[in-house]
Amino acid sequence: MNNLTLVITAAGGLAAAIAGGALPAQARVPAAVVLTWGACAAALFAAITVLRTGQSMVLHSTQILPITGVLMVLDPFGAVFVIVTAVVAIAATLYWIGYASHGLSTRTVSAVLPLFVTSMLLVPAAGSVATFLVLWELMALTSLLLVLVDHRRSEATRSAAEWYAVMTHVGAAAILFALVLLSAHAGGQSFAAIRDYAGHLPPGVRGLAFVLAVVGFGSKAGAVPFHVWLPKAHPEAPSPASALMSGAMVNLGIYGIVLVGDRLLGGGPLWWWLVVTVLGIITALFGALQAATSTDLKRLLAYSTADNMGLVLIGVGASGCFATTGHSLVGGLAMVAALFVMVNHAAFKGSLFLSAGSVQVATGSRDLDRLGGLMGRMPITGAVFLVGALAITALPPLNGFVGEWLLFQSLLHGLPASSTVVGVIVSVAVAALALTGGLTAAAFVKVIGVGLLGRPRSAEAASAHEVPRTMQLGAGLLAGACVVLGLVPMIVLPALERAAALVVPGARPTALYGGVDLHLQGLPGVLSPVLLAAGLMLATGAVVAMRGLVGLRSRSRSALRQADAWGCGNGVQTARMQYTATSFAEPLQRVFDDVLRPDHDLEVTHRAESRYYVEKVTYRTSIGDVIEHSLYRPVIAGVNWWGRRARALQNGSVHRYLAYGLVALVVILVVST
Amino acid sequence: MTGFSGGAAAVAVVAAQITAVGLGGPLLIGLMRKVRSHLEGRVGPPVHQPLLDLRKLFTKQRIRPSYASWVFGAGPVALVATAVVAVAISPLATTHPPLGQSADFFAVVFLLLLGSVALALAALDTGTSFGGMGASRAMTIGALAEPALLVAILAFSIPAHTSNLPALVRLGLVHPQMIASPERILALGAFVVVILAESGRLPVDNPSTHLELTMIHEAMVLEYAGPDLALVTLGEAMRLTLLLGLFVNLFVPWGVATGSGAIAIVVGLAALAGKVAVVGVAIATFEVFTAKMRLFRLPELLAGGFILAVLGAAAALVV
Repeated sequence: MNNLTLVITAAGGLAAAIAGGALPAQARVPAAVVLTWGACAAALFAAITVLRTGQSMVLHSTQILPITGVLMVLDPFGAVFVIVTAVVAIAATLYWIGYASHGLSTRTVSAVLPLFVTSMLLVPAAGSVATFLVLWELMALTSLLLVLVDHRRSEATRSAAEWYAVMTHVGAAAILFALVLLSAHAGGQSFAAIRDYAGHLPPGVRGLAFVLAVVGFGSKAGAVPFHVWLPKAHPEAPSPASALMSGAMVNLGIYGIVLVGDRLLGGGPLWWWLVVTVLGIITALFGALQAATSTDLKRLLAYSTADNMGLVLIGVGASGCFATTGHSLVGGLAMVAALFVMVNHAAFKGSLFLSAGSVQVATGSRDLDRLGGLMGRMPITGAVFLVGALAITALPPLNGFVGEWLLFQSLLHGLPASSTVVGVIVSVAVAALALTGGLTAAAFVKVIGVGLLGRPRSAEAASAHEVPRTMQLGAGLLAGACVVLGLVPMIVLPALERAAALVVPGARPTALYGGVDLHLQGLPGVLSPVLLAAGLMLATGAVVAMRGLVGLRSRSRSALRQADAWGCGNGVQTARMQYTATSFAEPLQRVFDDVLRPDHDLEVTHRAESRYYVEKVTYRTSIGDVIEHSLYRPVIAGVNWWGRRARALQNGSVHRYLAYGLVALVVILVVST
Repeated sequence: MTGFSGGAAAVAVVAAQITAVGLGGPLLIGLMRKVRSHLEGRVGPPVHQPLLDLRKLFTKQRIRPSYASWVFGAGPVALVATAVVAVAISPLATTHPPLGQSADFFAVVFLLLLGSVALALAALDTGTSFGGMGASRAMTIGALAEPALLVAILAFSIPAHTSNLPALVRLGLVHPQMIASPERILALGAFVVVILAESGRLPVDNPSTHLELTMIHEAMVLEYAGPDLALVTLGEAMRLTLLLGLFVNLFVPWGVATGSGAIAIVVGLAALAGKVAVVGVAIATFEVFTAKMRLFRLPELLAGGFILAVLGAAAALVV
């Protein structure tokens, strides 16, 4: 009976897509949104039921998909991802109502966005290889269409979509190969069959399947070096779609790695998880560094997504390392920490992308150097943006802090028990955690300080207006989730523990819930976010009161005077004199010059009369993606070269093509005998 | 501790720590200035001059740059509030502070980071080039100091199996031989570098400079006047005192109270004051003989701190 909710989810999504595609312009977005909410509500209900009872929800139908049939199995681990997706989707679609007038109410978008949401809701519920691949591909294609929405307006959008299409399909090919390899050996295509047979698989096949899965799912999660599509596609997609991609879709990459590594293959040798941890470390550091030096708001957020997925991979990898060496308690804790970091990331990054969209709508720009002075003009969006930024910087009492604390605790408690190799990698992971924390702080001080504070850096920013209520509400909903998860993480931790227990065999519940404090059970470690929050509020109140009371007794009664900022005795400063995002990041860029390899271009034009007089100086600097530049460009150049060579084979002569056919036939006959 | 009297005692201990650091912080700054002056052949202002300055500043009018938003006023408040909460939970006078259960090293560090971020945002809110310059440099240094700090915490925490600060201090009291262990000494070396960087002392930042090109912290707070400036000064003094207090209690835990008796707390506070004063005099003396480093040489210093911390963590794992 319960498994009907999965049917309702799918039906609701399809109805939303049809309504979005068929209804007239006025009704289409609200109808699609409401029906999508219906799908999300059904999925939420299903996922919460699964988590509460611990029983998987199974749905089997042979009628829908020919030959293989559809098999859906929603277990507690998948349920966590369903809940995250549903919550982000509800907020993003709410936001979409207000955003729709900005080119996002076309038939295509209204039909595709609900499909995208539905496919993401159902991917973690897939119970067989065929079902999984169909849903996965649906998710990839619908998100690709959403990236392409603005393709008429900008060349960058087309290029981004091209990158995304190629990367997602290379990834899909790797996933396809991995899953088909497993199901071919297991002799059945349901995940249960593969799981049962996993013990009999030869180690080579297991290893190959895992590596392929890491490549394929890693590219979806934005793991370096497969991240190149992320900073291109996220910024070009319309903001509700970016929020969905960054808050929900990348998580499914993590889901896939754990699905293949833990759920299907039942854990593996140590090197698997060392690879995942190292991948996480590189991803986190590279993403944080690029985010700290980006000046495009949404590109910065996209790199920061890579950074956070790196942290999740560190947690997943460390969990695997500890579990395979027999420390399932710490392994379970690391998995809970990884999942909690992921949940947090969905909340704050969803909120940040939606806020960034609001800023873009209000000012027409996402270049930080053209923003500024928005906190006064857009107070609610500004405050929501600030909450998201403080949360991602892992500052107490918000959720990011609790997540990083859990991750740090799991690494700390795992260290003494681990072997030398694991010990070294985990220590490096702690250092990476710290450096990404510092770089993230720098990046988001830049976002808020340059983007929202100070003086307006362009006429558009100076005349910005607050966005519609639904947009504020959509972003605010997720920012509120950041606050709630930060104060009472116990409301989700038990669910994450249940999910982790499924993945890490022998894991015990690690956090004691019900009380105010967060205790690690069986390990020393306590955190009480509520106490910190209460203390901060009390102290803030006391300090404000002190400032006010002492002022009252003084001679100058008027509390606050406005004056021009100090201009070195040189009169009033202009907005152009402010630090820009580029200048803010310049010290970091210089420190990490060798990694970032920025392009500098200095052009000095001299006057005709004499070399000693300079007419003008042009200076350009830009930071590309060094991995894209040094890893992908040569490959692309090689493929292009190959393509040009192959053109010689095609001269349009039918006789020649018939000859090719004959040769191919002969070769096949020879080979097959 | 049960009932009302237990609660009152707990409040008294917390209040005593906050008051001691709130008053002692400015005095520490005054002491360090006095030592510097003497070594440079000047008489220098009296030790309690910073307290007099604070009183004067609090009676003045608040001034806000015309383009700044509410964030400008919130920065100093957040700086002091985070310092107050961090002081309240930390094991300064006693190894059993009433809220010590939540005094995770990690939590204290991120509380202080919240204050730094708030001040950097407020600096950018002024819409001037100085504010941006200070914020950019402070965040760069903060980002680079973070790995050294966190790995140092790791090195402290591995032998103790916890990152709870009171537990770490207690461990030093119970097992004095652990204080001289290589991992603690190396981690403390890293911690010193981080303290100098985070609190803007030489050779990272010159607290008495007003030369635009070299300012870091002073550039951030250039626009503050009156009560806001008083809060910034107070907050910075409290943060320095807290960091030094944690440093001495981790390295020389003797004198710190092990219970919550009134006399023990007073003795603990006195011991803390004495130890912090000694370290403060040492830093001031060091500063007389040190020049400020170039901004782009700082990564080398912080990387040095990081290496010490990594060696500490490695030693903790091997031993």
